[in-house]
Amino acid sequence: MSHWIIAPVVLPALLAPLIAFVMRHDITLARAASFAGTLALVAIAVGLTVLAGDGGTHVYALGDWPAPFGIVLVLDRLSAMMVLLTAVLALIVQTHAAATGWDARGRHFHALFQFQLMGICGAFLTGDAFNLFVFFEVLLIASYGLMIHGGGKVRLQAGLQYVVMNLAGSTLFLFALGTIYATTGTLNIADLAVKVREIPVDDAALIRVAAMLLMIVFAIKAALFPIQFWLPATYANAPAPVAALFAIMTKVGAYAILRIHTVVFGPDVPATAGLPGTWLFPAAVATLAIGAVGVLGARRLMPMIAFSVVASMGTLMLAVAAFTPWATTAALYYLIHSTFAGAALFLMADLVVSRRPEGDRLSTAPATVQNGLFAALFFAGALAMAGMPPLSGFLGKLMILDALRDPSLIVAGWTAILAGSLLIIVGLARAGSILFWKSTAVAAHRPPEDDCEDPVRPEIRPAGPLEVAPTMAAIAALALLSIFAGPVTDYLEAASVQLFQPDDYIAAVLGPQKGE
Amino acid sequence: MSSGSSLLPIIAILPFLGALVPGLMIRAGRTACATFTAAPTILALVMLGVLAPDVMRGEVIEARIEWLPQLGLSASFFLDGLGLLFAGMILGMGLLITLYARFYLSGEDPMGQFYTYLLLFQGAMLGIVISDNILLLLIFWELTSLTSFLLIGYWKHLPEGRQGARMALAVTGGGGLAMIGGMLILGNIAGSYDLTDILTQGDAIRASEWYLPALILILIGAFTKSAQFPFHFWLPHAMAAPTPVSAYLHSATMVKAGVFLLARMWPVLSGTEAWFYIVSTTGLITMVLGALIAIFKDDLKALLAFSTVSHLGLLTMLLGLGTKFAAVVAVFHIINHLTFKAALFMSAGIVDHEAHTRDIKRLGGLARLMPVTAAIAIVTALSMAGIPLFNGFLSKEMMLDAASETVWAGSHLVVPVLATLGALLSVAYSFRFISHVFLGPVRDDYPSKPHDPPFGMWAAPGFLAVFVLLIGILPATIVGPLVAVAGGAVVGGELPYYSLKIWHGVNAALVMSMIAVAGGLVVLLLHRPLDRLWQAAPRPEAKVIFDALIDASAALSGWVTRNLHNGSISRYLAIFVVATVALGFAAWNGGALAPATRPMLPIPAVVAVGWVLLVVATVLVVTMHRRRFQALVLIGVIGLMVSVGFVYLSAPDLALTQISVETVTIMLLLLALHFLPKHTPLESPLWRRTRDGVIAVGAGVAVTGLAMAFLTRDFSTISDYHLANSYTGGGGTNVVNVILVDFRGYDTYGEIIVLGIAGLTIYALMVSLLTGPAARRLRNTDYSQDRSRDRHPLMMVVATRAMMPIAVVVGIYIFLRGHNQPGGGFIAGLVISIALLMQYMASGFAWTQARQRIQYHAMIGWGVVVAGLTGAGAWLAGKPFLTSAYGYIDLPGIEEFGLGSAFLFDLGVFLTVLGAVMLMLYSLSRIARYAGETVNVEPMDYDPSKRVEAIRNGGE
Repeated sequence: MSHWIIAPVVLPALLAPLIAFVMRHDITLARAASFAGTLALVAIAVGLTVLAGDGGTHVYALGDWPAPFGIVLVLDRLSAMMVLLTAVLALIVQTHAAATGWDARGRHFHALFQFQLMGICGAFLTGDAFNLFVFFEVLLIASYGLMIHGGGKVRLQAGLQYVVMNLAGSTLFLFALGTIYATTGTLNIADLAVKVREIPVDDAALIRVAAMLLMIVFAIKAALFPIQFWLPATYANAPAPVAALFAIMTKVGAYAILRIHTVVFGPDVPATAGLPGTWLFPAAVATLAIGAVGVLGARRLMPMIAFSVVASMGTLMLAVAAFTPWATTAALYYLIHSTFAGAALFLMADLVVSRRPEGDRLSTAPATVQNGLFAALFFAGALAMAGMPPLSGFLGKLMILDALRDPSLIVAGWTAILAGSLLIIVGLARAGSILFWKSTAVAAHRPPEDDCEDPVRPEIRPAGPLEVAPTMAAIAALALLSIFAGPVTDYLEAASVQLFQPDDYIAAVLGPQKGE
Repeated sequence: MSSGSSLLPIIAILPFLGALVPGLMIRAGRTACATFTAAPTILALVMLGVLAPDVMRGEVIEARIEWLPQLGLSASFFLDGLGLLFAGMILGMGLLITLYARFYLSGEDPMGQFYTYLLLFQGAMLGIVISDNILLLLIFWELTSLTSFLLIGYWKHLPEGRQGARMALAVTGGGGLAMIGGMLILGNIAGSYDLTDILTQGDAIRASEWYLPALILILIGAFTKSAQFPFHFWLPHAMAAPTPVSAYLHSATMVKAGVFLLARMWPVLSGTEAWFYIVSTTGLITMVLGALIAIFKDDLKALLAFSTVSHLGLLTMLLGLGTKFAAVVAVFHIINHLTFKAALFMSAGIVDHEAHTRDIKRLGGLARLMPVTAAIAIVTALSMAGIPLFNGFLSKEMMLDAASETVWAGSHLVVPVLATLGALLSVAYSFRFISHVFLGPVRDDYPSKPHDPPFGMWAAPGFLAVFVLLIGILPATIVGPLVAVAGGAVVGGELPYYSLKIWHGVNAALVMSMIAVAGGLVVLLLHRPLDRLWQAAPRPEAKVIFDALIDASAALSGWVTRNLHNGSISRYLAIFVVATVALGFAAWNGGALAPATRPMLPIPAVVAVGWVLLVVATVLVVTMHRRRFQALVLIGVIGLMVSVGFVYLSAPDLALTQISVETVTIMLLLLALHFLPKHTPLESPLWRRTRDGVIAVGAGVAVTGLAMAFLTRDFSTISDYHLANSYTGGGGTNVVNVILVDFRGYDTYGEIIVLGIAGLTIYALMVSLLTGPAARRLRNTDYSQDRSRDRHPLMMVVATRAMMPIAVVVGIYIFLRGHNQPGGGFIAGLVISIALLMQYMASGFAWTQARQRIQYHAMIGWGVVVAGLTGAGAWLAGKPFLTSAYGYIDLPGIEEFGLGSAFLFDLGVFLTVLGAVMLMLYSLSRIARYAGETVNVEPMDYDPSKRVEAIRNGGE
């Protein structure tokens, strides 16, 4: 048993309170500590991924209590990969927040940030359904704190929607857990997998309800139709670096469905066979449609990006809903891709929006300084989001399309993805044309008297290298993901296969005799 | 891997690597920039030259690098005759365009950017023609759409450029998406995404039930790219690009990608009725329509654009006919069209560049002013018209020959007549181009006095014009072998009989050709009246329709989105609840339920009373929730009833927790309510409240049903283990507490962090509130009538002060006994915070604050850290996080209690709970200070001891 497995939770959990009370008066100190913590997290995550890469399922029994009586952490390829993704994203986002000064616009940014990381990592690593609830709470409350960081009326209003919807989700989570416990008498995921498989079809009504309720809970996090409503306003109004970090938050929902609805309620379970996919698939199609339509109809840049995130979740969940190893591989590839793509767009948007007098409104305005640079970043981010080559979105989409070959899925799935892509391309091209092309014409035709400096407006600085670097890093990640698609997919395929053979998971957690 | 095959990937990557150069080299000057742009192209061309002899011998050069083998995507390339033809065209034209653009672009245009885009495009286009993997081909395909978007929008300040770019992207990008579908189906049928594999599977593919969808999707991709009717409209608008781009992308290469694809897939997809009717008909319509429109265009580039549309139609039709002969003719015409059309575009660009207009109506007589340009333009335009001795004539004759033998839906006439008509119109616009621009009298009203450009600018079109003549006169010698090898690659087997020569004798094609030339001349002579007629006739304007379509979809999308996401939280929740109940019900219906195993119990009187109280209180909360103060009191009642329920069900820990949480929450809410309106306004109409009521009741019934279902059934749980191991393993007899701090201490660890974060968040929220506009509102609101005159009453101060030590002792007691008896750090923290809260309420925050020295941030921090370090301490013993160790201590007077790591952990819980509650209180009091609450220095407003003292002092 390697103690490193718990490090992604304990490290930020110890660091965050120190930042909150020892370093709360000095932002530089807080930045340094937080940055060091995230850097260490990346290193740990790399180590864990290497550890999980051997194909084993590593179990960490908290308090030395045997499963299913205590809580266990489970490290396999999937959870290791998610932790690594979180850590890398966090490093990018944090650098942006510090370089642009976002972290100093309110209190406790870095403490909340570390708590947020703790919550996300905890959710990815846990092997216990109730513990998953606890970490959902941790990441919800921390994300709420981050979401309203910096304050402002609109942001607080959006924050209220966010927290209310998610608290409703938490309540439902408790209902679901109660139902599960009342049916199986356990909450350990591996133990549940065993118990649920023993439930006969003619006594399955309760566990089916529980499976469905859990899926709805996770779908709230993943922003699926018809409970995606909270996302656009939240992401559009959150501080941009926070919105970028939230790119991983929706993935927590996707991860939870991938984990629970394969290991516990997988396709081979008689009681719930086919239930998750049947309902997830149409929801994903609708989500993709809503996202794509939202992108086309948006009048502001931030909501436009937020809707593109909704669309990407729809695409991702289409692949998840197929519940086959190959589709899951595609889903995981797309998951990594859409995380960085969403983050890149939000970070890029922050650079531009903070330098435009019109903010994020998609209206004609004079070009900002560094128009060319921002245009290039937007172009790259838009390519990624729309799933155009040469960035990884195209490969991800190809894989998903390839995986949705089943006759029952092909028409709806392909139409949604391809038509959705077209709407997104048209929408993003429109936005980019207004923001970066049309603006050059405005500057050229401006009468000279308007050019004199407005004394009230604060001077607009060009973005320094450190401010641009995080966006570029996110785009570079997408490029690398595209170039090294082969090796990455090898890992992801192994992770999916692991997911669809719960026997190993069960044996690792409960001991060999239970895993057959 | 032979040496040839290792060259192929290098050729493919060269333009992309080269694209990095111009952006930098522009700093060394424009000529240096152009030279370094040409370098990778030349290099690639040389390498292609090295490979060419092998290909001409009929070999196919292949190279393969694995990329994403799981999907079947590999970076594999192959070079056969067709690939060689196109690769040569792309690179050769690329070189000429680089030269031409050096002189065409003005000093204000960012040339580095232009050449970067150009090389990126070149790489993408080259990729299409040498890909041996259809997924790779799709990647390059989409890349050409993207680079074309950038190039069309190159002059970003011009609205036509921006709109043209977006239109082209929407149409060709959209077509590309359709093609993705088609290609995936194709690969699915063939069992491989490798082109060389697919090409061998023609029969299986044509027989498959998925053939038609695949064909249609692929054709959409090809037709959009090659501007076939009804997708042709984007091409003329792409002419907003600089002329080198028009010449390169929109006549010579990119628009041929669709034709290339038809040729590439010809062995697999052609030969069916569907192919014949869809492809040849589309091509025929496009050919005639494009030529017709071209006649009436006054913009030189627009004329050429529609003529390109027409010629692409011609190529499409030839490939659509499905005969080997027609396919070879198509290959030949691809070469010819490239030479004359690119030269024509460049000539038009020269005219525009020199005369500062491309409007035919403002031109004329240029032959005398710019003889070199005129010579080039006239030679190439005659070729376009299909006049003997020029190469266009040869392929047109062969096209007419192929058309004359085609039967379309039983008719022998349709295709030949329409093909002749197309040729006729083509003659007309070609002659118009010559006569209206270059012939006629010299005018004196050109926007700028035209003259021949420098050699560098006419070198490229001049070179092409020479080719036009050479091929036109000696076709078999110059391009015969290339046509043979490329045609062989298209038809995938034996070449049909054909001969490349000027004189075929008097045959049907010659007659048709003569009709075309004569008719074309007539049309040109009648141009003026025909033009008036055309301008007067109503016809759909594609751009208007397209823009309206896009605007309407954007407006509709915006409308749908904004109505769907209108920000109404009650609506979102309503949808959530309805969906949850419906889905839960659906899930329930899919399975059956075994009969209940537990009998219903009789209801004791005391339970009934409690239940009624609970129900009444709940109903009252619903009815009275607009009066917030009363509602809060009622919520308190509900909380108490729940606690009583816990007591009744023998859960003292839960009851204690519930009571203390309830108390703290209600107190904090009461404090917060002070700053809020006391009434909730009525916001929704009756029907909506009714709707919400129905939804709420429905959900309540559903939850009840669910709870009843599992309450009436037996199940076995893991909790027996906890009961058995609580003392032996966890060192405590209070199982609840041992679960909290040991069995599931990790959950507790998470939950205290939640509490700590909540404290921090509230604090951060308060700080940002008080620095924003809310602070002003607070300051300006008059709360005085809400305030009691006796804010710190004597009785309360004395009572709380007396209770304080007792409460603290109780708290400590509860804390210490927690492991064995009901209690624990969580409850203890709440109890002590209640004791402190009461001090604050009694004597005011500032007074109390001055008397306590612990920082709340620190308390939360220490709490979390202590709990965390306690857990981590187990690592020293080599045990997992949060493994407990314990011993027993007998404190005389109290009782024996366990002192172990769990104790320390519980201390962390205690500190965090206390700190979080107090930080929340502190945040509220800060708001109160902003709202104008005065700071009291005395513990109470009226202090009798002061009065006694005063009397005593006064008495003396």
